[in-house]
Amino acid sequence: MAQPASEPSDVLLRLDGVVKHFPVGRGLFPGRDADAVHAVDGVSLEVRRGETLGLVGETGSGKSTLARCATRLHTLTAGRVVFDGHDISTLSRRELRPYRRQLQMVFQDPYRSLNPHRRVGSIIGDPLAVHGVAGGPARRWRVQELMELVGLNPEHYNRYPAEFSGGQRQRVGVARALALRPRLIVCDEPVSALDVSIRAQILNLLAELQRELDLTYLFISHDLSVVRQVSDRVAVMYLGKLAEVAPVAELYRRPRHPYVAALLSAVPVADPDLADRRERIILAGDPPSPIHPPAGCRFHPRCPKARARCVDEAPPLVSRGGDGASHPTACHFPVEPGEDLAHEHAAIDQPDQEAADGLPRVAGSTTP
Amino acid sequence: MTVTAPGQAAADAAAARPEAIQGRGPWRLAWERLHRDPVAIASAVTLVVIAVAAVAAPAVAHAVGHGPDDQYPTIGLTPAGLPVGPSRTFLLGTDNLGRDLLVRILYGARISLMVGVVATVLATVAGVVVGLAAGYLGGPADLVLSRFMDMVLSFPYLLLAIALVSVFGSSLTISMLVIAFFSWAAIGRVVRGQALSIREKEYVEASWSVGSGAMRVMFVDILPNLLAPVLVLATLLVPAAIVFEATLSFLGLGVPPPTPTWGGMLSDSLAFYQVAWWFPLFPGLALLATTLAFNLLGDGVRDALDPTAGRAGGGGDR
Amino acid sequence: MARFLARRLLFGLLVLWIVSGAVFVLFFVAPHDPARLIAGKLATPQTIALVNHRLGLDRPLPEQYASFIWRLLHGDLGYSYYSNAPVSQLLASRLPVTVSLALGGAVLWLAVGIGVGVAAARRPRSLVDRGGAVLMLAGLSMPTFLVGLLLIYFLFFRLHLAGITWFPPGGYVPLAQDPSGWAQHLLLPWVTLAAVTAATYSRLTRRRLTRSSMLEVLGEDYIRTARSKGLSEDRVVYRHGLRSALTPVVTLLGIDLGTLLGGVIVTEQVFGLPGLGQLAWQSVTTQDLPVIIGTVLVASTFIVVANLLVDLGYALLDPRVRPS
Repeated sequence: MAQPASEPSDVLLRLDGVVKHFPVGRGLFPGRDADAVHAVDGVSLEVRRGETLGLVGETGSGKSTLARCATRLHTLTAGRVVFDGHDISTLSRRELRPYRRQLQMVFQDPYRSLNPHRRVGSIIGDPLAVHGVAGGPARRWRVQELMELVGLNPEHYNRYPAEFSGGQRQRVGVARALALRPRLIVCDEPVSALDVSIRAQILNLLAELQRELDLTYLFISHDLSVVRQVSDRVAVMYLGKLAEVAPVAELYRRPRHPYVAALLSAVPVADPDLADRRERIILAGDPPSPIHPPAGCRFHPRCPKARARCVDEAPPLVSRGGDGASHPTACHFPVEPGEDLAHEHAAIDQPDQEAADGLPRVAGSTTP
Repeated sequence: MTVTAPGQAAADAAAARPEAIQGRGPWRLAWERLHRDPVAIASAVTLVVIAVAAVAAPAVAHAVGHGPDDQYPTIGLTPAGLPVGPSRTFLLGTDNLGRDLLVRILYGARISLMVGVVATVLATVAGVVVGLAAGYLGGPADLVLSRFMDMVLSFPYLLLAIALVSVFGSSLTISMLVIAFFSWAAIGRVVRGQALSIREKEYVEASWSVGSGAMRVMFVDILPNLLAPVLVLATLLVPAAIVFEATLSFLGLGVPPPTPTWGGMLSDSLAFYQVAWWFPLFPGLALLATTLAFNLLGDGVRDALDPTAGRAGGGGDR
Repeated sequence: MARFLARRLLFGLLVLWIVSGAVFVLFFVAPHDPARLIAGKLATPQTIALVNHRLGLDRPLPEQYASFIWRLLHGDLGYSYYSNAPVSQLLASRLPVTVSLALGGAVLWLAVGIGVGVAAARRPRSLVDRGGAVLMLAGLSMPTFLVGLLLIYFLFFRLHLAGITWFPPGGYVPLAQDPSGWAQHLLLPWVTLAAVTAATYSRLTRRRLTRSSMLEVLGEDYIRTARSKGLSEDRVVYRHGLRSALTPVVTLLGIDLGTLLGGVIVTEQVFGLPGLGQLAWQSVTTQDLPVIIGTVLVASTFIVVANLLVDLGYALLDPRVRPS
């Protein structure tokens, strides 16, 4: 069994140098160093009790994989996952079961994360059945309680998912996650597949539940504006590694990593005058393949500030010049106040700025 | 600050009212479609009639006064020793030994239906279990199991069936087992394919994240999604099993005489068709009616469960 | 593609090996006594023991198996218990009959099956389509022997009564001896053999070739690639669309070879054709083990080879199978 370690008592989930590679190719002789997708390449994170940690990244950044590593839906290639002081990194599925009561997940696609052939009540009650918590009428009662909690009509217990709207289905997913009264919920893009008008409702629901039930969230999204709304702290991922971690206000006000700065510059701004004045920071090239990530700093092929050092040395995730311990950045030359990245040019060779058709590349935006 | 979209509020309100639209699950919908399919209804009715007739065989025999194995050389055969045609005594005529054809056909129905259905049920259970295991477990288990299924599927059925029957003797049980043995792999392959693709779905992942083990995921999550194609396949497998049994009986390798079987009767009639047209006709019609009804019903079930017209049959699936 | 075929070849050999093993186990371990059969009912125990010894049945099993395999590889299939003729000779003499029947039947069912399917697909819901559908369904539901029976009844018996003697009721005439007689005698058997399978194939082809499924196929990526390469629309449709529609037919062909043999046995029985099927049946009823083994092995070899050819055809048809 895992031993309770000497953890500071307010850290609920700790990821320590988590690495996850997926082998690619023939696989007949797995011993040989076959190509692998470096989905997550050494990520260390802490999620504190009661907070919402936002995890942002583009498609391919590895954030969903990281989420699944945190909940041990994947086996780790390397690194540790420590939940509430218990090391769950290498436990078997059976050994993990008791931890699943406390560590749950809400999935992205409400149309695909609910079994179309099962009734909603059965889906929500699944965790209760699996862990033998309640049976028969007690279970039904509890499920209906949960349905009310998330804003669904408990009389719809026997309906099929097809009979609900997207927003309602996502509520079902949330109810399922809450069934065992977990401490931590990993939300994998919970609102990305929903209409914009519904998103607010679900986000409000999640916030409300956090208050009422004393929940902790690891909130994953590619959408910066959503993350800003819900998070206390934000971590930004790029190509399998963390670029920057900071309290939400600080990150949005003063991003230090050039990648983060570029992302933020692409977020739509409501005020048309402000939008006009703002300059987008255009990144060169496309995000590289996670099978052969670039050497040194992974961002160097696209970074407007890249220097020779960035190619040779991968920057560690540490606080830089003047930032507190709560704001580490993985960059040798973080953005300084007043610096204008839009007009910077890298000091090294980078892949062509222009696409084959001769048009300039658009900045790496985060919306798919 | 809570923002509620007006549309959602209305929808929620509508759903909260007790007389809200009663939803219908996928099975209910399929049933309703099946309901309205005249061909399927007709087939189902035919099958019910046949089944009832089979069950009532002893009663009919009693009513007519002829047992299935009773030979009537004097009234049942012409002076030349040939079968007599349909008449008031023998409603469908007699066979080469002067036995009442009607009664024999009804008893033959019992054999055909029993073998057809039981063999199919056995094959379905075996196929589902193996297919689920192969599809879910993947890896080496899947490799072994699917190679095995491929192998069974590529055997020369009848030849090996004949061989097996010759070794173990011919009987009702052997017939059922042999037929089941050659049918299960077809279901197994389909189930495996489906299980393999369902396994990748997000709701299976969700089940894992909740702590479900292999058995639970296989039977509670994957299996319900398979029931539809398995049902269709099984319904179409029954007539194949019936034909298989008839063929075995025709070759003298099915249920041994004097038990009446349709295949056996047809085999006997080969020598007499020139003088006794009723001898091959009625058993043949019975056989044809039964298999046709099952096939049509199977088609109807398939259309009811998946009404996408002109299905391509799964583009490129192998 | 070579790797794909090599894998299939290995698999086929494995199947053959397992089949031979299974047959061996079945017959040498099964509860019956060929020695007694051969020696006759009145034989004394000594005679039986002698026969046992002569047949090598008193040697330990592994030894029997080893010599079995050894002889197999040398083409020696032993001697028939029943007729004492060498098994290989028996098989060889009957092979032409079965091959004539099987090939002719296969050609017929492919031609009719696909032809009817195409015709029905091109005119959906027309008389051709609906009539074809009825025929197909009827064909699907009938056991092969019933088809044979019906054909004999209507095309031989009834016509015979009417004075037309086109269709003989059975028997075989070797090709070398009399080609037209050969064909004439095989006509009804071919139709019998082909009927049920043709029905399956025409249904399948029709399904794949209906407008909606063609649309589905033509929407696929590799079709779009073909178009973008500049192929004319006609070529795209016929070359790529048709090909893809035919691949399940080819797959089915592989599976159907198992059923084909069943049809052969039954057809030969109904029409009295002295082929392998009839031999198989006879040998089983007389428990003539060497012949049974020989027939099963020949049949399995044929199936394995045919499957390989089918796989080859498959690889040629579907560009996605080939690593190009």
